[in-house]
Amino acid sequence: MSESIDRDLTLSVNGIAYPVSVDTSRNLLSVIRTEIGLTGTKEGCDDCECGACMVLLDGQPVNSCSYLAAQAAGREITTIEGVMDGQELHPLQRNLLEEGGVQCGFCTPGMIMSATALLARTPSPSDEEIRIGLSGNLCRCTGYAKIIAAVRRTADEA
Amino acid sequence: MSLLIATTLDDALAALAAGARPIAGGTDLVVGARHGKAPLPASLVAIDRIESLRTIDRSADGGLVIGAGVSHHTIETDATIGAEWSALADASALVGSPATRHVGTLGGNVMNGSPAMDTGAPLVVFGAEAELASAAGSRRVDMATLWVGPGRTSAAADELCVAIHLPARALRSGSAYLRLEYRRAMEIAVVGAAAAVTLTADGAVGSVRVALTAIAATIVEVTGLTGGSVADVAAAAQAAAADQATPISDLRASDRYRRHCIGVMARRAVEAAARRAAGETIAIPVNRAVGIGMAAGATS
Ligand SMILES: Cc1cc2nc3c(=O)[nH]c(=O)nc-3n(C[C@H](O)[C@H](O)[C@H](O)COP(=O)(O)OP(=O)(O)OC[C@H]3O[C@@H](n4cnc5c(N)ncnc54)[C@H](O)[C@@H]3O)c2cc1C
Ligand code: FES
Ligand code: FES
Repeated sequence: MSESIDRDLTLSVNGIAYPVSVDTSRNLLSVIRTEIGLTGTKEGCDDCECGACMVLLDGQPVNSCSYLAAQAAGREITTIEGVMDGQELHPLQRNLLEEGGVQCGFCTPGMIMSATALLARTPSPSDEEIRIGLSGNLCRCTGYAKIIAAVRRTADEA
Repeated sequence: MSLLIATTLDDALAALAAGARPIAGGTDLVVGARHGKAPLPASLVAIDRIESLRTIDRSADGGLVIGAGVSHHTIETDATIGAEWSALADASALVGSPATRHVGTLGGNVMNGSPAMDTGAPLVVFGAEAELASAAGSRRVDMATLWVGPGRTSAAADELCVAIHLPARALRSGSAYLRLEYRRAMEIAVVGAAAAVTLTADGAVGSVRVALTAIAATIVEVTGLTGGSVADVAAAAQAAAADQATPISDLRASDRYRRHCIGVMARRAVEAAARRAAGETIAIPVNRAVGIGMAAGATS
């Protein structure tokens, strides 16, 4: 059934349904951060360039700064807050820490979302496939090599 | 602003008739609005959940019908498109990042009408047609009549692009799309070229079509090319592309640099298309295979 949205919509984030009332021109990032209060997803460029805002929509990566929140209604959104297993770090989080793939950490949530989508689709990626999988995510600190190593290690462990 | 999330084509066409603008992935529309290029329309109809726009079907004559809502990711990974309409897969594989390719659609790329759109030149060399539908009926137009200027198409405001029709591939034919890029992701073509080549039984070029990206107000087809040896046709394409281009200078490249490079891209596109036509497999996207955008020292 087609559905008309004026202000009220429900977003399902990490398995929890959040009713929100927002202008339908609002982007998904701002609604996740300021209405729902999950601030793990970062705003870097706010211009669809850096990938800090990456979330998963039905398992696929999306730049949430440039995606209408209303278009995400009825789909499953996964943010960095949704990747841990209880108190247990996600293997990508653990390996990023162990490999030194985190410095300031601002790019890390977005990197993890892109890497999660990559590994779900390609469980044993080549280094080239890892680079392509992360090609929408910028990091100003690490120089990328340690991030790629962390994804490589996560794939090898799985 | 109001948004209708349409699940049927009829609902979407009714919304367009009532003045709504379509949004598919929003990777042009929303990003453009955020850049201040054009504000978001007051009334939008989301077409990304209309299943009938997301299918790829073989037509009775051996061609292909690609729904306007098919994503670049699907095109890039579709085995049939990769094997038979390789230039289109080459193009979709270059768009943005994995996120852009999952969200962005073929219909959005074509209807956005940018002269730098990557799927445009491949569609021209295939002789593709866009199927436009409105509440009043539907019609098919060839790509050259669809694009009328930067960001402008000949479609009426209440017309939705529902599919792209690709004619059947000829025997001993192959295609390729290349673009010059400064980065290998999140990039716009500096210039790009697509070629479709059909070989004769003895391996010469029987027929060839070449179309160019980002060197004029719309995608343009190179005129005056005829058959001959692959080397001669590739050289002729290089000269004709550079000659017929009317590039602008902007912060990404000067007109002289674009004019030089479009010739190089056209030659390489013909060469790669001819290799594919001869049965060679060159991985998608062909850009990497010819070394554009590879890290220093890396091999494809
Ligand atoms: C970071 C980034 C990188 C990019 N890189 C590239 C690139 O490398 N190459 C490239 O070509 N493009 C690139 N783009 C542009 C864009 O992603 C593509 O053009 C994409 O295919 C647009 O599809 P969409 O579904 O997101 O379109 P939308 O933004 O939803 O729509 C674009 C326009 O087309 C109209 N429209 C959409 N669907 C239809 C339809 N079925 N019928 C009629 N009108 C329709 C909309 O009203 C709008 O005017 C990039 C964009 C971003 C943000
Ligand atoms: S904040 Fe979305 S891409 Fe940078
Ligand atoms: S760790 Fe600082 S931006 Fe990546």
